Amino acid sequence: MSARSTAYSVGESSTWTKWIAAVLVIGYALVAMIPLVWIGMTGFKSPPDSIAYPPKVFFEPTLEGYVNLFTTRSRQTDEYIESLGPPETWYDELVRERNMVITGPSRFADRYKNSIVIGFGSTFLAVFLGTLAAYGFSRFKVPLKDDLLFFILSTRMMPPIAVAIPIFLMYRELGLSDTALGMILLYTAVNLSLAVWLLKGFVDEIPREYEEAAVVDGYTRFQAFYKVVLPQMRSGIAATAIFCLIFAWNEYAFALLLTSGEAQTAPPFIPIIIGEGGLDWPAVAAGTTVFLLPVVIFTVLLRNQLLRGITFGAIRK
Amino acid sequence: MSGGAMESVADAAARATPKRVAGRLRGLSDRAIAWLFISPTIVLLLAINIFPLLWTVYLSFTNYRANQPGREVKWIGTRNYERLLGSEDVWGYMQATAHFLVWTMVLQVIIGLGLALLINRGFRTSGFWTTVILIPMMLSPAVVGTFWTYLYQPQTGIFSYIINTFVEVGALNMIGSVSLAPWAIVIVDTWMWTPYIMLLCLAGLRSIPPYLYEAAEIDRANALQKFWYITLPRILPFLMLAVLFRGIENFKMFDMVVELTSGGPGSTTELASINLKREAFEKWRTGYASAFAVILFVTVFGLASIYVKALNRVRS
Amino acid sequence: MRKIGTFVATALLAAGAGAANAQDKELTLCWAAWDPANALVELSKDFTAQTGIKMNFEFVPWTNFADRMLNELNSGGKLCDLMIGDSQWIGGGATYGHYVKLNDFFDAEGISMDDFLPATVYAYSTWPKGTPNYYALPAMGDALGWVYRKDWFERPEIREAFKAEYGRDLEVPTTWVELKEIAEFFQGREIDGETRYGAAIYTERGSEGITMGVTAALYPWGFKYVNTPGEYDMEGAVNSPEAVEALEFYKSLYDCCTPPGHSDAYMVANLDAYKSGQVAMQMNWFAFFPGIAKDEVVGGDVSGFFVNPGQNIEASTLGGQGISVVAYSDKQDEALQYIKWFAQPDVQAKWWELGGYAVHVDVAGAPDFPDSTPFAGEFLKAMDGVQDFWQEPIYAELMLAMQKRIHDYVVAGDGTAKEALDKLIEDWTISFEDDGKL
Repeated sequence: MSARSTAYSVGESSTWTKWIAAVLVIGYALVAMIPLVWIGMTGFKSPPDSIAYPPKVFFEPTLEGYVNLFTTRSRQTDEYIESLGPPETWYDELVRERNMVITGPSRFADRYKNSIVIGFGSTFLAVFLGTLAAYGFSRFKVPLKDDLLFFILSTRMMPPIAVAIPIFLMYRELGLSDTALGMILLYTAVNLSLAVWLLKGFVDEIPREYEEAAVVDGYTRFQAFYKVVLPQMRSGIAATAIFCLIFAWNEYAFALLLTSGEAQTAPPFIPIIIGEGGLDWPAVAAGTTVFLLPVVIFTVLLRNQLLRGITFGAIRK
Repeated sequence: MSGGAMESVADAAARATPKRVAGRLRGLSDRAIAWLFISPTIVLLLAINIFPLLWTVYLSFTNYRANQPGREVKWIGTRNYERLLGSEDVWGYMQATAHFLVWTMVLQVIIGLGLALLINRGFRTSGFWTTVILIPMMLSPAVVGTFWTYLYQPQTGIFSYIINTFVEVGALNMIGSVSLAPWAIVIVDTWMWTPYIMLLCLAGLRSIPPYLYEAAEIDRANALQKFWYITLPRILPFLMLAVLFRGIENFKMFDMVVELTSGGPGSTTELASINLKREAFEKWRTGYASAFAVILFVTVFGLASIYVKALNRVRS
Repeated sequence: MRKIGTFVATALLAAGAGAANAQDKELTLCWAAWDPANALVELSKDFTAQTGIKMNFEFVPWTNFADRMLNELNSGGKLCDLMIGDSQWIGGGATYGHYVKLNDFFDAEGISMDDFLPATVYAYSTWPKGTPNYYALPAMGDALGWVYRKDWFERPEIREAFKAEYGRDLEVPTTWVELKEIAEFFQGREIDGETRYGAAIYTERGSEGITMGVTAALYPWGFKYVNTPGEYDMEGAVNSPEAVEALEFYKSLYDCCTPPGHSDAYMVANLDAYKSGQVAMQMNWFAFFPGIAKDEVVGGDVSGFFVNPGQNIEASTLGGQGISVVAYSDKQDEALQYIKWFAQPDVQAKWWELGGYAVHVDVAGAPDFPDSTPFAGEFLKAMDGVQDFWQEPIYAELMLAMQKRIHDYVVAGDGTAKEALDKLIEDWTISFEDDGKL
């Protein structure tokens, strides 16, 4: 990224304009990071510190938010708590300081697991089907090709809530409501349109001569596809997969309307983490951090594929 | 979790076609392979996108309610549409949506283009900072909306606190005040999505061959002229594309705003999609909501088509 | 660090185990996530011990409760075997067949509805209203009440200041006008070096918050939904001069005497405002009062409780729920077994002890009940004058219309109170026409 940006820099930027540019860009980046850093910090605050005025920058860190995130608790009287004997674990101790007793695990771990299963499941399917379709569209004469491609893209213009109405009715009939399979199919369909467009662009870039040479060497068309074309598409597939995964990971509207107890993912769950008798901001912040962190790490590690996907996808369309 | 994991997707896709199947496929004609490859996608999109769309259109002419299965479904012609288009409230939601759409686009284009031009100066570590700036757009909008409610708390929130360290304006009630709430959602969206516009502008800037500037240099063009006659025309298609995609997304906006304001105070931030959700999944007026959905779809489609025409003219 | 690892692993394992080791007999009970739900988990341990049936719980926060659970019922979901659904759902639950009718079961098991407070049977169990067709057992009585900072009300310097300003003693308000004066008195006042505010009232937009709050003012002013019971003639009732006055009053209370940013507040936000010492009074459901009385900061003698003040008449907004068996459940027999167990007087007594509002006459009708806690007596007073929102099958639609009209007027300041109520009648008329009632 950095190598490229210097290579294409415009004109002869003098040293001091570079300095001003650097200061402004870094300044924007730092300001843009404040909300995220603040949320990360709030996860380690105690509930009273999280609503202190003025906002506390320095505080005594505690894991209460994380404990609250993963457990359900109930408020008890002092006598009852004393009757339980000494706390067995550090998290029992932490909770008892607030006159509470842990009654069990919370649903967060379940929701997180659902997010992983549905996210990866739908990404795999969308990329798999998308690769095949992209190759088909790129290499073969398909009747009404342009219409089909346009139709595939136009499905993304529907507001998700509008799509959710008939899907809700359909899933109710088919028994797919609140199932991981239903969500995987739905996310696959939503992601497919983007996947096909992105991947078709990547296939178009691979010269046909490679396959033709392979066919001359005795490969069938099919072998040529998976032994010659597919390896060339790797980075394109990776970029596409990242996009599909991020969409499925972040999706909220369908998850809210079509799942409840079984297949609910993390996004509809995080806003409703409440503590006993009050909104538990440290637990919300902890949940947010645990949920967002993989995406942040992903973004930093895979930035080149990401950038390729975003710009390439947009320009192709 | 780096490239390796991702590459395995490709491997897996290859492996998912076992030898025996491949052998059977050997004799297939190109045409057969083409259909074999394309049809699963078409079938899935038909089942989960097109069939539902047609069903929605049908439902929009009925009085169907999804929560009353036993009730007789009556064809009521265009009554749902008449009600929608004659409703003052619906126009209010459309106006709220338009305010959100226009201002997010204006702010994001200005800031995004500015950032892209600065980054393109190519200072050291600009790659790293670009990545940092990108982070907000990768996050879940619903979760972003949730934690911004915390940042926006008038008394204890950091947003009001930071503003007050610069200008004494008192506790800022961003979500609760009628005049500020429409801007509260614009600010969060701008925070999230400016990087996207910036990125596409960067792609545009990098597509400009350096010799154009060298030629301008010889003609003694000043910086403003260079920007106006070389940079802007070249990046305009990129910028317009970015606005198209963001515009469509923001017209459909639901998740971030519903978690941030849930449409309030009153109905000041009740965007079209938020009201659609209330009608469809809280009031369960399925027929009426379907008509609303169709109207929204037609509007996006119409606006986007006009826009694409303009875009093509710019491109050529 | 290792400790944290173990902790996360334990949480994950426990979550996984719940799904993996599905025992033969288990039930899922769905309710809102709040204090009484935790008490019910505690109480239900006895049921599991007696019958070997494992209890699972699905608790959803109030602001999402109706939305989520009605969605679940409407999609014919099997998540919940038992549903402690809100009082307004009973019409839909009965009419659309979400709930199992319990009459035969009650007769067979000798459970009599006369053993429960009449107001709760009427509100939580019957459909059509008041007929002996039961779709739920009253599980939890509740009404909207008030909590106040007793410690502040008792301070001599505060009492003097109040008397100087209003010419009467600072006591628990008995009318809304008095309540507003007290709120005005505390608004912006410095106590112990911090700025305090008058009252935390309901203003939530998304689910039912502001409607529950505003009806607490409307009912005491004499508001009625219809002119003739059983008919749907709302003109002149919903927008009566009393209703307009009450609505204007609620807005003036919102404008004068709430903490800054209190524009989208329901139960949790009010609790937060109260517990953090921001306000002198909060409106909230009685369900939270046991938790407040036990709270480490505002519990004990710090807080007092009072019934919703009257104005033209004495009246309170009804809360509370009945417990129903979901018609889509495969485990209806076990679910009925739970209801049978729950209806027993000794279980009901323990329910009250743990913080649930039992409405069995042996508990709530007992002579020592009013003095058993600082709020029990106020609770009985409230239950004498409770009124509920529409319980029609299309209640959700009626509720959302009211949420919009009231929030537009009270919080956003659009139009006048009369206009808001007139528009509300228009909305409701359309809804009833669509439903074939008009």
